[in-house]
Amino acid sequence: MVMFWDEKIETLKGKDLEQLQLKRLKWTLSQVRNVGFYQQKLKEAGIRTADILKLDDIRKLPFTRKQDLRDGYPFGFFAVPLSQVVRIHTTSGTTGKPTVVGYTRRDLESWAELIARNLTMVGLKEGDIFQNMVNYGMFTGGLGFHYGAEKIGLTVIPSATGNTRRQIEMIQDFGVTAIHCTPSYAMHLAEVAEEMQAELSTLRTGLFGAEPWSDAMREELEHRLGVTAFDSYGLSELFGPGVAFECPERDGLHIWHDSYLVEIIDPASGEVLGPGERGELVVTPLVKEAMPLLRYRTGDITMLLPDGCPCGRARKIARITGRSDDMLVIRGINVFPSQIEHVLLRIPEVGNQFMVYVDRVNHLDEMTIEVEINRAHFSGELADLARIQKKVVRELRDTLELRTTVKLVEPGSLPRFEGKAKRVIDRREGV
Amino acid sequence: MEHKKYVIRQISVFSENKPGRLAAIAKALQEEGINILAFSIAEADGFGVVRALVDKPQKAYEKLSGIGFNVAFTDVIAVQMKDVPGGLYEIARILGEGKINIEYSYAYSGKDAAVLILRVDNVDAAISAIRNGGGTLLESSLFQ
Repeated sequence: MVMFWDEKIETLKGKDLEQLQLKRLKWTLSQVRNVGFYQQKLKEAGIRTADILKLDDIRKLPFTRKQDLRDGYPFGFFAVPLSQVVRIHTTSGTTGKPTVVGYTRRDLESWAELIARNLTMVGLKEGDIFQNMVNYGMFTGGLGFHYGAEKIGLTVIPSATGNTRRQIEMIQDFGVTAIHCTPSYAMHLAEVAEEMQAELSTLRTGLFGAEPWSDAMREELEHRLGVTAFDSYGLSELFGPGVAFECPERDGLHIWHDSYLVEIIDPASGEVLGPGERGELVVTPLVKEAMPLLRYRTGDITMLLPDGCPCGRARKIARITGRSDDMLVIRGINVFPSQIEHVLLRIPEVGNQFMVYVDRVNHLDEMTIEVEINRAHFSGELADLARIQKKVVRELRDTLELRTTVKLVEPGSLPRFEGKAKRVIDRREGV
Repeated sequence: MEHKKYVIRQISVFSENKPGRLAAIAKALQEEGINILAFSIAEADGFGVVRALVDKPQKAYEKLSGIGFNVAFTDVIAVQMKDVPGGLYEIARILGEGKINIEYSYAYSGKDAAVLILRVDNVDAAISAIRNGGGTLLESSLFQ
């Protein structure tokens, strides 16, 4: 049975949808005029609100980049007085200044509504016990899911991250039916549960997001945790998690069409791409009050999927295959870390954790992948290890079309990530 | 089967080739009071296998696994060699004539004689060949 939180909006189609989107786009355009950055940009581009007559006119509007938000640090992008901002989150400033996002009371309400839709869409309802295993601090994943989950009446355990053994005990003792965490942490959870020989028999649903993960990893997680796994997409600039989510079909993510206008562009040229063409996701949020944005470049690589999902909802994007900025170019070949993960998951002789090192040796890019030998597959013979190593090299070459160096390392020796995984270390200079 | 008494359990430990790994293995064995009778290191690209004959293989296996090492048992045989020129030739000739392939081998020189540890492709055939060829196999009970 298909379940809806807000069936009318979730299944809105045709003219009704377009009218709503256009009305909200115009509202957003008026809202951004409270932001100095946009006043300047729109003036430069010579755009008046009256120039936006149809949805396609969005292409006349300027892009917003993450760097613009950083430059506006801390409150340069707020469109309301600070007194109306009831919450502030910041993203981890791993690549520069942190990005600050603000929410009005209505923003928090809109956000919780979207989470409520997602959770209902995957079949969660009153009676489910939900353990939210993500950071509750400045990361939007914690509080974001929390309020949406309470809204639909789940029993919420705000367990946050860390202390994996305790997390497993709670799942067992409280009869947890649904969990939310990063896919890498879910993998770690499965490992620890297996070590503890802990049965997680009540678990049924796993919501995984905040980093790209492959279908092979989905199978692995479903098998090891006994859950049905759903992909969750979001970013703090667009409220946080809940922007797009898989329905039970698990064939693409529904991006909430009443709240976000979606374009896919060629990240190099900025040109808008058609359905089925893979490129960078650009989103114009339609209901953000405190921090409205125009054509925000997410850096995430995906494509638009055809409408007509059996669940009745519209507008779907493909699962994220990487970020336009974590894509590695090795000797002219594009490599996504998720591809490496995908290959390793197919090879039972090695583990799922890995690290990638990129170096430049004699002006040539060299990629080294460290992967753990799977404890159960160690025969004691050096020759067998060499065979496993060659197999990994061969499988990686077949998928990536790239020669790599593979280092077998001892089981358990690679770092485990509880938050966003940082598996790539690029040591090339001047890249 | 009487061949069985000549089959010796070697412990094989997977180790990354980096400083301190051998020390970690040796320290663990010392803590358990396990004596190493013979050992060798085989190295490939960035990793290796530490092979050792110890007096308490099961205990060594448990201890090393317990601290995270990846350990396996491997069946080897030990042959007594004359500690004189031609001692190795004598054994190698017997195996060669018996079409037994040596996968790897290491040796030590003891008080009474030199001992050759052998990992072969066919343990049974090797034991037969050595015995028929006049060689002396050491029983595992001497070690373990």
